[in-house]
Amino acid sequence: MLSWIDAILQGVLLGGLYALFAAGLSLMFGIMRLVNLAHGDLIVFAAFIILVIADLLGANIFVATAVTLPIMFAVGFVLQRYLLNRTLGKDILPPLLVTFGISIVIQNGLLETFSADNQRLQAFGIETQSWSLGGGIAVGVMPTLTFASAVIAILALNWIMYRTELGRGFRATSDDPSTAQLMGIDNHKVFAAATGIAFVVITLSALYFGNRAQFDPTIGSFRLLYAFEAVIIGGLGSLWGTLAGGIILGVAQTIGAKINPEWQILAGHVVFLVVLVVRPRGLFPRAVD
Amino acid sequence: MTDSISTPAAKRFRVQTRTRVSTVTVIVGIAVFALLAAAPAFVSRSVIQDLFFVLTMLALAQYWNLLAGYAGLVSVGQQAFVGIGAYTLFAFTILTGTNALVAIFLAGFVAMILAIPTALVIFRLRGAYFAIGTWVAAEVFRLLAAQWKTLGGGTGTSLPRSATRDIWGIEFIKDLFGAKTSAAKDIEAYWLALLVAAGTIVLVYVLLRSRFGLALSAIRDSEPAAGSLGVRNFRTKLWIFIIASFGTGITGALVLFQKARISPDAAFSVIDWTAFVVFIVVIGGIGTIEGPIIGVIIFYVLQNYLADYGTWYLMLLGALATVVMLVAPQGLWGLMVKHYDLHLFPVRRRLFVNKHGQDKDG
Amino acid sequence: MALLETHDLVAFYGDFQALYGIDTYVDEGETVAIIGANGAGKSTFLHNITGLHAGAGEAVQFDGRPVGHLPAAEIVKLGIALVPEGRRLFPSLSVEENLLIGAYGQKKTGHWTLETIFELFPVLRQLRRSPATSLSGGQQQMVAFGRALISNPRLLLCDEVSLGLAPTVIKDIYEALPVIKESGASIMLVEQDVQRALGVADRVYCFMEGRVTLSGHPSEFDHATIRSAYFGT
Repeated sequence: MLSWIDAILQGVLLGGLYALFAAGLSLMFGIMRLVNLAHGDLIVFAAFIILVIADLLGANIFVATAVTLPIMFAVGFVLQRYLLNRTLGKDILPPLLVTFGISIVIQNGLLETFSADNQRLQAFGIETQSWSLGGGIAVGVMPTLTFASAVIAILALNWIMYRTELGRGFRATSDDPSTAQLMGIDNHKVFAAATGIAFVVITLSALYFGNRAQFDPTIGSFRLLYAFEAVIIGGLGSLWGTLAGGIILGVAQTIGAKINPEWQILAGHVVFLVVLVVRPRGLFPRAVD
Repeated sequence: MTDSISTPAAKRFRVQTRTRVSTVTVIVGIAVFALLAAAPAFVSRSVIQDLFFVLTMLALAQYWNLLAGYAGLVSVGQQAFVGIGAYTLFAFTILTGTNALVAIFLAGFVAMILAIPTALVIFRLRGAYFAIGTWVAAEVFRLLAAQWKTLGGGTGTSLPRSATRDIWGIEFIKDLFGAKTSAAKDIEAYWLALLVAAGTIVLVYVLLRSRFGLALSAIRDSEPAAGSLGVRNFRTKLWIFIIASFGTGITGALVLFQKARISPDAAFSVIDWTAFVVFIVVIGGIGTIEGPIIGVIIFYVLQNYLADYGTWYLMLLGALATVVMLVAPQGLWGLMVKHYDLHLFPVRRRLFVNKHGQDKDG
Repeated sequence: MALLETHDLVAFYGDFQALYGIDTYVDEGETVAIIGANGAGKSTFLHNITGLHAGAGEAVQFDGRPVGHLPAAEIVKLGIALVPEGRRLFPSLSVEENLLIGAYGQKKTGHWTLETIFELFPVLRQLRRSPATSLSGGQQQMVAFGRALISNPRLLLCDEVSLGLAPTVIKDIYEALPVIKESGASIMLVEQDVQRALGVADRVYCFMEGRVTLSGHPSEFDHATIRSAYFGT
């Protein structure tokens, strides 16, 4: 019995990581209707940047992440401003195919630069530390930190969206881009800022993702699928829904893994498909769509 | 503006699909087919293997183009049906001893049948999210295949020699070309690929010239409008998805028949069966039958010269597709159409004004 | 020098020509009405001024400098605000947010603030937290006016503001115009409701099929003259 509670608890914490994956994807879709197929590869890319910077500065991964955040914001801003903005329009093909192309370029660029070797973001031993809750149940320091970061990230994103002028601009542009221009909103700059912010979240998720387990250049696309599943399970347009979606996915995976270690990923996909059949709009859809 | 509408339209316009070039296309097409069919008589085995690869990629590209270019169903999960087709072939030949030729055909039907529940789930996702949904579906099938222990689980398995040796027609080919069994097998697979590729082009062409094609272009232009005119959007898309799955399944079975070895990662590879296919169509020209043909030729040339560079080759291909999408979204064939107004496979209904000097707007 | 001037303004949609050399001007503090039937080119004309329809080049001058080449987001910062046809409020934003977004990225100060807009349309004060699209048509039109005013424009463009509203509501909206005028803004009013427009305008232009068919002070024209400029009969 306790081992099941343990599995659920670990799943919830894992859900924090998936919520971080999902928040960046959800942000870009929510504001620009842009589905970024390179999302997963960008997470891996950010993890490699953190690795390189930690190496260059001889700093720990938290400091390296702090340095990487503004770099990735700039990468996102420039990518959106000069490339992705050109793909936006009525037709869904260009953004999909361009981000798919970017995904392949990133993946193979990383392979070329770093080889297919496994890497890991080591955090001076805290990844092995945990707090015991009694009864053989313990929560790891890093998973807890991941979950807390997800909650803080969602609070921050909600604050930006609903309490700042930029956030008003995001929502207005998302509602009606041509009227938004009449309000003095430069869509292209607003979109670039949105992608910059999404890339900050991507970097944050890269930190925990890279610390949690080994990674190599090719595993990004799976993160895209987890992010996507969390978004759909939670319901489009709600960041808290995304957290819920991440948790459900995480719990499904840890419970699946408990039954049979080979079923971990499959269990997550199956729960996603079931939600899609039963509640196509997700569990917590935004009232106005 | 209104007076041109009030005159009987029939007298002033005619609708035409055939072009003079299209008649030439048929003749050239038959000639090319005959030439390719005769190829084993005068080219080496490695050329036959290369041509096999080109033809199967062409078939996959046509089906992906049918989905994305005509039905607006942008899928990045076509590897699902390649894998399903391939696993069907291996299951039937290994577990029941079915003749491989029959099993390749059955692969199409199994892919088609599994496409229905898949579609019912992922059709709930719209537009771009549909794309990722197809990818999830492909992953589910890949993970399930990895659980199939009798077919080798995650590591996969090989076709028994008897399955590739005893297919119909192999003795005939051996006699005809004086070839060894393994070479004869390649020739047979190549002929099948030629049939599949040619059949695919004919199928897509006929499909697009039918009422189906008209419904598809209506949906592509405006889904709600098409719906209000009585086009059954959902059913039309479902049919296209099923047809594409059938073709993709057969092609997938054929490809892995030739390789004679299967594993979940190879059979459900997103790079091999979707990324390459997407790049072929995009570079050649999406939404045209000619585009994938041009695309596959370019792809083959690049592959021949650059495949040794591995990752650089893939990066170049991804970058090339991205640039094409941004600069010339209609692809290379689109550029040629724009410059020369050429339509080898005229599937569009083109409106011609019969009378000159119609007054433009009041 | 006029605040806004169009000289020989032409506009195309593909091969279709929508405007054939429009000459108009609006002076500082003036209220000008543009009347005309459906399809006369009034909306195209406004879109050219606001920058939504690009490519007017030198033909549109604001405050003595050409603005026709500027994107819409730049033009609003120069002091031209639009109350768009059909209101086009942002459904994801509350009433107050819809008002605030009219001054997006602008630090200009002036007569119009949230407070003065609530004084002009008191009903909006209680509704400020509601989603904008939950309001009645008339209230939404008030929000659209407020949203345009909060940028303290020198020229306020109003596109078919009475369309689809009940007569009593239209009366309320029109009563706000003198107050807006008093704040110093010039107004360009595009209307199908000729009587309404002529009632408040200092000058009037009548459009037909992309051309100006009549211009001058409303009192100069009798009913038949306007009728023929409007319908071409």
